[in-house]
Amino acid sequence: MYLYSITFYVFSLVAVISALMVISARNPVHSVLFLILSFVNASGLFVLLGAEFLAMILVVVYVGAVAVLFLFVVMMLDINFVKLREGFLQYLPFGALLGIVLIIELGILFLTKSFSVNSLSKFVESPVMNEIENTKLIGQVLYTEYFYLFQISGLILLVAMVGSITLTLRDRGQVKRQNISQQNYINANNAIEKKKIKLGEGI
Amino acid sequence: MNSFSLLNDLIFPGSIIIAQILAVLMPVLISVAFLVYAERKVLALIQLRRGPNVVGPFGILQSFADALKLLTKENIVPANSNKVVFLLAPIITMVLSLAGWAVIPFAPNWVIADINVGIMYLFAVSSLGVYGIIMAGWASNSQYPFLGALRSAAQMVSYEVSIGFVIITVLLCVGSLNLSKIVEAQQNVWFAIPLLPMFVVFFISALAETNRLPFDLPEDESTLVAGFFTEYSSASFVLFFLGEYASMILMSSMTVILFMGGWLPPFDIFPLNVIPGVVWFTLKVIFILFLFIWVRGTFPRYRYDQLMRLGWKIFLPLSLLWVVLTAGFLMIFDMVPNSL
Repeated sequence: MYLYSITFYVFSLVAVISALMVISARNPVHSVLFLILSFVNASGLFVLLGAEFLAMILVVVYVGAVAVLFLFVVMMLDINFVKLREGFLQYLPFGALLGIVLIIELGILFLTKSFSVNSLSKFVESPVMNEIENTKLIGQVLYTEYFYLFQISGLILLVAMVGSITLTLRDRGQVKRQNISQQNYINANNAIEKKKIKLGEGI
Repeated sequence: MNSFSLLNDLIFPGSIIIAQILAVLMPVLISVAFLVYAERKVLALIQLRRGPNVVGPFGILQSFADALKLLTKENIVPANSNKVVFLLAPIITMVLSLAGWAVIPFAPNWVIADINVGIMYLFAVSSLGVYGIIMAGWASNSQYPFLGALRSAAQMVSYEVSIGFVIITVLLCVGSLNLSKIVEAQQNVWFAIPLLPMFVVFFISALAETNRLPFDLPEDESTLVAGFFTEYSSASFVLFFLGEYASMILMSSMTVILFMGGWLPPFDIFPLNVIPGVVWFTLKVIFILFLFIWVRGTFPRYRYDQLMRLGWKIFLPLSLLWVVLTAGFLMIFDMVPNSL
C-alpha cells in the first residue's frame, strides 16, 4: 500500500515538474523531451488508477508516434532562440488571461459537489480490480453505445489524412521511378531493339 | 489504515520486486554476452573462418574480455554535443530494452507482472526504443549520427505499423491481451502454422525494428561510419551495444510467444511434455536468434527506398488484409474466442 503511494507521488511529481519544464526549457528539443517524460508519467498514473489499456494507448499513440513527429519537426527547424524571446512581453497579457480563465474553470469544477474532494477520495484508494479486463469494458461501450461517434471520429481522421496527402503530393513529372516488374521482364531479346536506318536520314 | 510498519509495508514487498527483477535481468544480460559470442562464431562458420578462439575454451569468454576492454577506455564526450542528452541516450536505450522483460512469461506463472495488457506493454516499450536513437543522433551534433538517427526513426515508425497489425491478427485468435493467455491459446496448434504469412511479416519487421541486417541502414558502416553511435565510446557504447542485443532477444521472445507457443512443447506427448517449459522457451528463442544471425550472414543490405517500399507498400496492405481475412474467417466459422 505504501509502495503504491510512493509510486503515485513519484509519478505525479515528475509529471508536474516536467510539464513545467516544457514551457520553461530554453532549448525547444529539451521541451519536447520533457513533454514525452510528462506523457510517460501520466500513463504511469493511469496504470495506478487501474486504467491499464488507456495507459498503454497513451504511450503507443502519443509517445510512440505523435511525439516522434514533434521531435522531428523541432529538430529540423532552425529556431532562433533570441527572436523567440522577443515577443514575450507582447504575448504575456493574453497568456495570463488564458491561464486565469483555466484556473477559474478548474476552481468552479472543484467547488461543485460532483467533483469535490469527498467524491474523489473513493478513487484514490487503490487500483480498481475489475472482474472483466478493462480492455473488454472499453470495447463493450465503444462499439455499442458510442458506435456512431466512433465511426465519425474515424471519418474525421480519414479526412485529415486525405487532406495532408493532397497538400504534400505533387506530381514532379521528371522523376525516374524504378518499375520492378518491368525490370524483371527484360531479357536479351527485348532489351535491345534493332532498327535499320536509311543513309542520310535520322530516326 | 493500519499503522505504518517500515518492514512489512515497504521493505518486504520492495525487496521481493527487486529480487524478481534481478532474477530476470541477470540471465538476460549474461545471455546477451553469449549471444554476441554466438553471433561471431556463427558468422565465422558461414564465412569459413574460425571466429573468436583465444579467450577461454573455444573463445567463450571473448565478450566479457571485450566488455572489460571497452569499460576501461576513456569516455569521450564531444565538445559541441548536448552533454546531458548525449549521456542520457544510451541509458534510455538500455533501460527500455530491459523494461520489456517485466511481462515476458518464461513458463506457466514465471513472469514478474502478469498484466492484462501485456502485449500492449511490449508494443509500447518497443515503440519507445526510437527515442534513445533520435536523442543520440541529435545530441552528438554531427552529420553521420544525425542521418543515422533520422533513418532509424523513419524505419522504426514504418515497421511498427505492420507489427501492430500482425499483433492484432494474433489477438483476434486469442481474445485476450495477456501474454500467458496468448501462449495457452496455442495448446492445439502454434499460430505460426495457420498465420504463416503473418509470422514471416513479423519476423522481417522484427529485423527492421531492431536495426539488424539486412535493414541496418541506421548504422550502415560503408556510408555512415557507425550511424547514430559514431561519437560514442567506452561505457556509453557498451550500453548501446547491450541494449541492441537485449532488444534482439526481447523481439525473439515476442515472436516465440506470439507464434511459436511460448513454453509449450511442440507436441503434447510423453518424452516432450516432461521437459520444463522454460527449456522449450529458451530453445525456441535460441532458434529465432539463430535465424537473426543467419539472415545477417546471408543477405545483402537493402537500399533505403526499397526498405520503405517493403514496409509501406507490401507489409502494410498484406497485414491489413490478413486482419480482415482472419476476422471474417473467425466470424463465419463461429470460432471467435470468448465471445460475449
